[in-house]
Amino acid sequence: MSKQINVALIGNPNTGKTSVFNALTGLNQKVGNYPGITVEKKEGICKLPRGVKAHIIDLPGTYSLNASSLDENVVIELLLNKNDKDFPDIAVVVSDVENLKRNLLLFTQIKDLEIPTLLVINMSDRMNYKGISLDIDYLEEHLKTKIALISTRKNLGIDNLKTLIANYKDISIEPCLNASEIDKEYFDNLRKAFPNQLLYKLWLVITQDVNFGKTDRKEIDAVANFKTKSKSDLKRLQQKETIKRYQFINNVLKVGQTIDASQAKDLRSKLDRVLTHKVWGYVIFFFILLTIFQAIYDWSSIPMDFIDSSFASLSEWTKNQLPKGAFTSLLAEGIIPGLGGIVIFIPQIAFLFLFIAVLEESGYMSRVVFLMDRIMRRFGLSGKSVVPLISGTACAIPAIMATRNIESWKERLITILVTPFTTCSARLPVYLIIIALVIPDGRFFGLGYQALTLMLLYLLGFGTAIISAYILNKVLKIKSKTFFVVEMPNYKLPLFKNVALTVVEKTKSFVFGAGKIILAISIILWFLASYGPGEDFNNAENIIKTEYASQQLSNDELQQHIASYKLEHSFIGITGRAIEPAIRPLGYDWKIGIAIVSSFAAREVFVGTLATIYSVGSDEEETIKNRMAGEVNPILGGPLFTFASGVSLLLFYAFAMQCMSTLAVVKRETNTWKWPILQLVIMSGFAYIVALIAFQFLK
Amino acid sequence: MQDTLANLKRGEHAIIKDVSSIHIPLKLLEMGCLPGNSVELVQLAPFQDPMYLNINGSHLAIRKETASHILIEKIV
Repeated sequence: MSKQINVALIGNPNTGKTSVFNALTGLNQKVGNYPGITVEKKEGICKLPRGVKAHIIDLPGTYSLNASSLDENVVIELLLNKNDKDFPDIAVVVSDVENLKRNLLLFTQIKDLEIPTLLVINMSDRMNYKGISLDIDYLEEHLKTKIALISTRKNLGIDNLKTLIANYKDISIEPCLNASEIDKEYFDNLRKAFPNQLLYKLWLVITQDVNFGKTDRKEIDAVANFKTKSKSDLKRLQQKETIKRYQFINNVLKVGQTIDASQAKDLRSKLDRVLTHKVWGYVIFFFILLTIFQAIYDWSSIPMDFIDSSFASLSEWTKNQLPKGAFTSLLAEGIIPGLGGIVIFIPQIAFLFLFIAVLEESGYMSRVVFLMDRIMRRFGLSGKSVVPLISGTACAIPAIMATRNIESWKERLITILVTPFTTCSARLPVYLIIIALVIPDGRFFGLGYQALTLMLLYLLGFGTAIISAYILNKVLKIKSKTFFVVEMPNYKLPLFKNVALTVVEKTKSFVFGAGKIILAISIILWFLASYGPGEDFNNAENIIKTEYASQQLSNDELQQHIASYKLEHSFIGITGRAIEPAIRPLGYDWKIGIAIVSSFAAREVFVGTLATIYSVGSDEEETIKNRMAGEVNPILGGPLFTFASGVSLLLFYAFAMQCMSTLAVVKRETNTWKWPILQLVIMSGFAYIVALIAFQFLK
Repeated sequence: MQDTLANLKRGEHAIIKDVSSIHIPLKLLEMGCLPGNSVELVQLAPFQDPMYLNINGSHLAIRKETASHILIEKIV
């Protein structure tokens, strides 16, 4: 074993725990999932003094060890399982200087588990500003720990923190309180039954409904059977425990902390007065959304044009440089255009993630939750549903996982069911290319028509989500208690490093996640489009030459006819034409049909698919957009992408449930296939009908 | 009759007297909503609900329904 210390970062939400993690690990971090569950696991490596290395885990934020969600379960499962390979040698509790009292609750709980526990007090740069002073020596003595006073914003105290972590063996493991004092008789019995076990650990095992790993299982089961108290009695005891802990904390802080309220400059109340105002609050929220959409359009157009033309040249260059053959053609006509179809959207997706990260980091998102709760409740949702609905604009998968903090099951289920209606970033590529094709390039009060159309589509997504929620609220007969507790954190200027890391991380996982699927699909599509059965495909050259023998066609024109004839009789052409009757009333041809079918793997595949299909057999260097603009409607003549078919396609993508990963997550979060199947059938059926009506009405 | 938190007006301060444990989630207690602690109404959301409170130094928002299960005594 090398000298590597396991460090667990634990803390309340909004304490800057992730900033501490970023400050310690820098770019040496990776994000994954805990096995079997969709809780994000962040870990990294940090170099400590004297050549010691620390393996740091950033555990999900929690207010206490009384877990009420999957994310919080992760924390207590790790802390109670000594056999876990990540079991911490030292727990680092991150608190913030303004909410020390509340943060210490969690600290005293972890301390009682007899794990060396270090207290980090973050945001120390705000102490003067808030009129707070601390007696660190007194606090260290009474909390029986070492304290690291740091500021991640000003980059202060990080080296000291590293030294303290390296010297973790110096930290006392003596608990702060005596758990048995809350009910002496009960705890004495418990002690007699399990003499070798830590009392507080037993108490947690009894009160928490979590999985403790195989090795511990046997004895834990025995403990679980020990339940001699009813649920409500246990809850009363937990309440007693909480009160007891706060008494202890209040006593310690009475001496260790002084707050001079007259020194405090209150930015919070000034900002709150405006941002949660009954009129201005909503107006500001609306303008923030509007700015985001305008920015996504205007700021990303330059890098996007550059990427688009680069991929077209790359494809052309590959074709010219490599020897002619199946491999070159697969590369130039299958893989490169397919990947180009996703890479082009990196600028826009990065901007979207950037805005969401800034809204979350600044503390503004909680104000939106506060502002929207009463309205959302009317639709059977919670104010907290706003967060999934907004982050659903990035991706429905993390959004559905973000519903876990909604206390009421009914509100949570409805949020899960309607979130896929919000315009996720995978729809963005489809929208952008179709809008570019069919919506004119004018301006209306300084806002581009195209940006407005995009904004409308986002509003349509939200609107549909809300209306479906209203219907579901009436239809679903579920009784559940509704609780709603949301912390209103301080306003903070987002840290550049945090935001940048989030954007890079999320964009990377979006591109690679989608990239893999797109790569696979474009190879399959290329194969299906380049080969075909029977006489029509293999003898295309002769058939076309005979057919056009009477006309004087240039060689180029002849080649074009041959290529499109071949495509029509390839495997993909045959499949496409088989499904064409179903989609023709919507204004689509068989190529779009293939793109829609492949979109069920992931929506963003649409553009890549069309790019691949269109580029097979075409020799010219062209951008995806130009190729699509050049497509001719086989029945009506004229361009295939008209206003009518474009709008119909936009609406189809707005409503249809076309994401297998989302269905899988919904299954996991609701524990049944019932809800995802219902989503698939109802959403896609609705999409078909709306697209049909739109096309028939507009054409 | 005792006053509940739901009746607190903007800017008013009070001391929490009792919380009915059946109706109050443990999480709220952990955030400082316990007998003896002070509470101030910072702001009401549009439509008078939810309530934005400062309980014992923690800023949080809860719904009126929940607040009606928390007994208080106003400080004049």
